[in-house]
Amino acid sequence: MLERTGIPTDDDLEKIIPGKKRLARGPVVIIECFQKIPCDPCAISCKFGAIKPFKDINDLPQVDFTKCTGCGICISSCPGLAIFVIDMNYSEGKALIKLPYEMLPLPEKGEVVYALDRAGGKLGKAKVAKVLKIKNKTNIISLEVPKSMAMKVRSIKVEDKNNER
Amino acid sequence: MTDIAIIGGGPAGLSAAIYAASLGAKVTLVDDGLELGGQLIKQTHKFFGSEKQFAGIRGIEIAKKMIQDIKEYDNLEVIANATVTGYYEDEVITIVQGVNGDILKKLKAKRIIVATGASENILPFVNNDLPGVYAAGAVQTLMNLYGVVPGNNILMVGAGNIGLIVSYQLLQAGIKVEAIVEALPRIGGYLVHASKIRRLGVPIYTSHTLKEAYGTDCVEKAVISEINQNFEFIPGTEKELEVDTICLAVGLSPLSDLLWQAGCQMKYVPELCGHVALRDDNMKTTKDKIYIAGDVAGIEEASSAMLEGQIAGLNAAISLGYKCDNYQEQDRKLKEELKELRDNPLSEEIRRGVEKALIKEGWD
Ligand code: SF4
Ligand code: SF4
Repeated sequence: MLERTGIPTDDDLEKIIPGKKRLARGPVVIIECFQKIPCDPCAISCKFGAIKPFKDINDLPQVDFTKCTGCGICISSCPGLAIFVIDMNYSEGKALIKLPYEMLPLPEKGEVVYALDRAGGKLGKAKVAKVLKIKNKTNIISLEVPKSMAMKVRSIKVEDKNNER
Repeated sequence: MTDIAIIGGGPAGLSAAIYAASLGAKVTLVDDGLELGGQLIKQTHKFFGSEKQFAGIRGIEIAKKMIQDIKEYDNLEVIANATVTGYYEDEVITIVQGVNGDILKKLKAKRIIVATGASENILPFVNNDLPGVYAAGAVQTLMNLYGVVPGNNILMVGAGNIGLIVSYQLLQAGIKVEAIVEALPRIGGYLVHASKIRRLGVPIYTSHTLKEAYGTDCVEKAVISEINQNFEFIPGTEKELEVDTICLAVGLSPLSDLLWQAGCQMKYVPELCGHVALRDDNMKTTKDKIYIAGDVAGIEEASSAMLEGQIAGLNAAISLGYKCDNYQEQDRKLKEELKELRDNPLSEEIRRGVEKALIKEGWD
């Protein structure tokens, strides 16, 4: 249960994941924000109107997946680090996940890192396709993962060569 | 003599000072920190709240902006590194200043806004006096102000927003957070914070608490245990964790001593986490010239503290005859925004608490 563990359940996720058809069309946003809190930067950051304007600051984000371009602008606006972009069309076997990352060291482009699930468990190793440094320091990592893992991978662990803890 | 003395330079006090000064009032802001900003300057995470009130901006950046704003007003004086030690009749406060506390000043004000914030709660457990047991605020000060890590392996006690946020900051500093325990059956802080820590591999144990710490000269081990609905330990559920640091984030209490001393009518409101002064919707207490804002008025988020500060600053200045172009409109807008911030299920207790602490119309 999310409120006991911090891990959203399949039921939680079902409510927010776009349909298969939309996923097959290319990059799209996934917002894992399930609790009404006074917060609205995501809705304001989206310039395509894909995150519906909030009537009340406590609203949950609602996405119009037909309007979402998968641009990823909203990712670093979110103080909860709850926003991801998934591209199921990335290549033959791989999906691309864009995820927010505020840890150091930042991985480098091309580096192989551990892909972590929502509980921090290691799912396997994956290649970093891109590292986008953002001014507000919520940087965006693009990660190549097997398509079957696209809905499971939500963070990374970079091997720290100098300082193995 | 000053128009408005503001005690405390955190988010509430700074907001009050800026608002009152912008209307022309002579403001004196007294703060006990080395730097202004209160807890804000330790907050390296982005804030929630509405875009209008700095959402998505890191606390430390908000503090920088407000400290910058303050410098723009000639009618705003800051007395830093100074503690207000007493209240005397007719709005006179005493201020102790200097490293050794050897400078004593008196300040008379026409209005006082008390924005003293809160103090951290402590938890009773065996060996809670061992070195290595910290309160969360101290850990934040060490790490985020002085760049000192408190330890290598940490147990966090409390999964409210402070426990979650400080855990995240510890992880960012490269420290291993072994676990977060929370006595309540559910995570109290924002679930998005919890999820972002969980996905970095930190287990969160709800219905668990710290039972005992072990160590000769400092913390070497912690024992946690599951608890039942009555908060009693469930035998056989103990787990031992190898930690050198225990961080307590078990709540805050309003720092209301000055208000007691001033003779404001006080009330114990559990939803607001302690004794608070009764206030009207302008944040004025039962003493006509004393206002409150921020955590001292009830433990809440920085975003609401800033709004309360603005409301207190505006109304204190207006009560002294300073003019604001469209006072009614401004006042209504601030109160509306504050109401909106609290209009979610998580703030239900706060709403109930505020209701209890409110002076109803016709009171005198
Ligand atoms: S990915 Fe781009 S288009 Fe889609 S919701 Fe985010 S900001 Fe809007
Ligand atoms: S910005 Fe993030 S935490 Fe805030 S409402 Fe949007 S998704 Fe939720």
